[in-house]
Amino acid sequence: MLHNLNIGELADRLAKRQISSVELTRHFLGRIERLNPALNAFITQTPDRAMQDAESADRRLAAGERGPLLGIPLIHKDIFCTEGVRTSCGSRMLDNFVAPYDASVVARLKEAGTVMLGKANMDEFAMGSSNETSYYGPVRNPWNTAKVPGGSSGGSAAATAARLTPFATGTDTGGSIRQPAALTGVTGVKPTYGRVSRFGMIAFASSLDQAGVFARSAADASSVLQVMAGFDPKDSTSVDAPVPDYAAVLSAPLKGLKIGLLREFFEGLEARNAALIHDALKIYRSLGAETLEVSLPHLPLSVPTYYVVAPAECSSNLSRFDGVRFGYRCEKPADLLDLYTRSRGEGFGAEVKRRIMTGTYVLSAGYFDAYYLKAQKVRRLITDDFRAAFEKVDLVISPTTPTPAFDIGAKMHDPVTMYLNDIYTIGANLAGLPGVSLPCGFVDELPMGLQLVGPHFAEAKLLNAAHQFQQATDWHRRAPRGYE
Amino acid sequence: MSLTRQDVEKIAHLARLSITEQEMPVYVTSLSSIVDFVDELSRADVGSVLPMAHPLDGQHQRLRADEVTQSDHHAKYQLNAPAVAAGLYVVPRVLD
Amino acid sequence: MSAWETVIGLEIHAQLATKSKIFSGSATAYGAPPNTQADLVDLAYPGVLPVLNAQAVQMAVKFGLAIGAAVAHRSVFARKNYFYPDLPKGYQISQYELPVVARGSLKVMLEDGTVKNIGITRAHLEEDAGKSLHEGLANATGIDLNRAGTPLLEIVSEPDMRSAKEAVAYMKKIHTLVRYLQICDGNMQEGSFRCDANVSVRPKGREKFGTRAEIKNLNSFRFVEKAIQYEIARQIELIESGGTVVQETRLYDSDKDETRSMRSKEEANDYRYFPDPDLLPLEIDSAFIEAVRATLPELPDEKAARFAGAFALSAYDAGVLSASRELGAYFESVVSGLTANSGSAKLAANWVMGELSSALNRDNLDIADSRVSAAQLTGLLLRIADETISGKIAKEVFEAMWSSGQTADAIIEAKGLRQITDSGAIEAVIDAVIAANPKQLADYRAGKDKLFGFFVGQVMKATSGKANPAQLNELLKTKLAGAEHA
Repeated sequence: MLHNLNIGELADRLAKRQISSVELTRHFLGRIERLNPALNAFITQTPDRAMQDAESADRRLAAGERGPLLGIPLIHKDIFCTEGVRTSCGSRMLDNFVAPYDASVVARLKEAGTVMLGKANMDEFAMGSSNETSYYGPVRNPWNTAKVPGGSSGGSAAATAARLTPFATGTDTGGSIRQPAALTGVTGVKPTYGRVSRFGMIAFASSLDQAGVFARSAADASSVLQVMAGFDPKDSTSVDAPVPDYAAVLSAPLKGLKIGLLREFFEGLEARNAALIHDALKIYRSLGAETLEVSLPHLPLSVPTYYVVAPAECSSNLSRFDGVRFGYRCEKPADLLDLYTRSRGEGFGAEVKRRIMTGTYVLSAGYFDAYYLKAQKVRRLITDDFRAAFEKVDLVISPTTPTPAFDIGAKMHDPVTMYLNDIYTIGANLAGLPGVSLPCGFVDELPMGLQLVGPHFAEAKLLNAAHQFQQATDWHRRAPRGYE
Repeated sequence: MSLTRQDVEKIAHLARLSITEQEMPVYVTSLSSIVDFVDELSRADVGSVLPMAHPLDGQHQRLRADEVTQSDHHAKYQLNAPAVAAGLYVVPRVLD
Repeated sequence: MSAWETVIGLEIHAQLATKSKIFSGSATAYGAPPNTQADLVDLAYPGVLPVLNAQAVQMAVKFGLAIGAAVAHRSVFARKNYFYPDLPKGYQISQYELPVVARGSLKVMLEDGTVKNIGITRAHLEEDAGKSLHEGLANATGIDLNRAGTPLLEIVSEPDMRSAKEAVAYMKKIHTLVRYLQICDGNMQEGSFRCDANVSVRPKGREKFGTRAEIKNLNSFRFVEKAIQYEIARQIELIESGGTVVQETRLYDSDKDETRSMRSKEEANDYRYFPDPDLLPLEIDSAFIEAVRATLPELPDEKAARFAGAFALSAYDAGVLSASRELGAYFESVVSGLTANSGSAKLAANWVMGELSSALNRDNLDIADSRVSAAQLTGLLLRIADETISGKIAKEVFEAMWSSGQTADAIIEAKGLRQITDSGAIEAVIDAVIAANPKQLADYRAGKDKLFGFFVGQVMKATSGKANPAQLNELLKTKLAGAEHA
């Protein structure tokens, strides 16, 4: 079936003109029409635009042009500005917002000849770990529609797992690619901070946000990352470093690779989850890797650190949503104060407001030193811990999440319980390190992921380690029932 | 170290967020629990380490050439605006 | 004398004269239709990011070097968070703990000729906000974001000034300096150069500062002076009648000549400053600084000192003639043209500060738009120096040059204004005048010395002002005294 082919295979068939991009696109549009209602993975579907993109790709293919993503459909998380197409960021605040420009990531993927199927559902303003805070309703996990797919890139993850698209873009600030990838049994990559441009990606926490990709294999993800990555002069935090050829080293043997097992996160981990990681380590050893234990002693502080830094930055980033130049405006504002407070009060959901207020609080006079400044100091300690670990090992391994997918509605009453879902993923964001989550088994018939984190700009090594694992296992090939 | 209703009202005003009477107790509770949670940080011993504002520690700001690269698209941009008059964005009267 | 001492500090915002904005590629030119110079970055659209303008940094460094300040090798941009419709992001990108320019100072000449050293605490880069317009909008305000994102250099003085006049002298010096450096056009009507004044009073002799009030957005030297004077009086009266000064922001109302509290900003703002995570620390190395140093022009004080020394001018005159680079260049050009032909610098100084400045002021022109060029003025002054015309006639010629654009020689020729230096010719006129006025002659000889002027006037009238005054005086004296005309 077309939707089970990997990107390389699709590109090959397109190149050989065995199939056209239009046919391929129609196939996915058909699946979306049938299967999306049960998942609610989309905020905006763009079938007409998809057809235009596909026709354009077919013309380029007919002219002899070739490219790894030419004619391949995708979905963009609704956090990326897409010119002429609604970009809502999962919020009522931007429900009526049609972006007048393309994000740099969108432009690059468009240039490469991809076909946009639509904009994926997400937690509002990327704040959440379950895709339950979206103004457009929760996304359901295709493995069990009573369960969450994870968040904030829940729509991208669910759609990829359900084979509604060959791949999807996402963003990761505290785990928002890796965690939903784990809960939906797909491969998710968060690159090094600065590897991919943030221009046009609606900002949540500027020093933590990174754009990345969901795909069904590390090999697919590497084709996409190859196009997404690279310096962008419009982003001052974009790093001007060459992008290596990820495909070239995908299949390098793992002999001599040193993988560090994070000691801090095995205490208190449920036995079945721990078992999956230990099984994965056995496989890595069989592939020639060496496994040892590493300690990141400050890592347990990463969650409270994140929940100071991220809200602080977002409280400022979201101040531009004020009902003046775009977005939601309240009815009949009585005066300026009313315009601001009601446009924002009505336009934002509860979790967003909580984070804005938390951020406002920790930056406010009298609290700045105790919270924000302190958190940035702990951030350096965590970063230093990783640096020390990477002197002993090449990559660090841990579970991606403490548990498999939970029930929709189960954790919405207490924000802190929800925040603890990010416990394994947040450290990489604080330190700006690249990370990948790949499927490593099932617990209660729900997928679980293992996470690999590497030093700055070690994407090639991460993808290589992930790919080799996927050559030796088939977790990543499993499809949820009804979506095969 | 819980927050009071007054604390929350002050923060909400700084952040320009309207909170209804019904919502207020919920926010007081949830914000208090978040603040209690992050309070763990205040007990952490960080020694004399410098704060890290950025994962790109050690990198510095790139400069761009002083050139005009943008032209006028206000008509297109103002299609998104809730209230526009004579090319201006309109808000309720601002008093000095 | 007053029992009170005034303490004043000024915060000056100078718009840097870059072509594009500090963080976006929009144009900065003044006067464009609303929102036609506001791109997505300036409008704070979702997803946009700032990138720093190199020229803004160079200009800031230039200023730092000119005031003898240390330029920070590492400075950080911070967000100043508050809500206002002309601030689209809901925060201003500024610099807080680590500004690009640290402590410097400026020598300021006061009215009495003394020189005072005014400290400058710091100068930092930030972005300007947009504009709010109220005309024609019932119960509403219109926001124009063309100005949003224009680079500003905020220059903060130490609280070293002790009177409104000192404050104005300092402000004028900064104004001169930024124009010298060509980092700001100093156009106060267009808002390129704005000033906030922090004013407090304390009993003479007390060390502790009183509570200060901040008067915002003063955009003329005159308003700065009057606003500060009003504020000093207000604070003194308040304290003397038992009240206390509140720390607050005030506006100056030039119609009523008073300051009043700003209602909308009366709540203390918690700006929640933190380093902007969209920008990395600004690093400036020695090579960058030296490259900027090489572009420094002769600074105003240096030029004034050189003028005073080289042309034997008073400190005051040298200061006036070096008030702008353009004026200094004009003056020097005239001087060199004159002294090459044995004219004097003093003559040039008098005319540039006198007739030329009056004409410029009268027609509201800058020296750059002078209707008489340096070369043309030189031409005129040379004719005084070589006695072709008198100083008085020269003024007439100057006015004719100003309105016609012609050279001095052309006008002198056309109007036949050459001075009469032929003694015989002058004598003949004197003789005729004396003959025509026997009564005055008799009165003069009888002791009415004042009538000398009458005779001078008559000869000048008869010669259409062209008689050489010095010769006329000599000859007239002799003739009036002499007994040849019995």
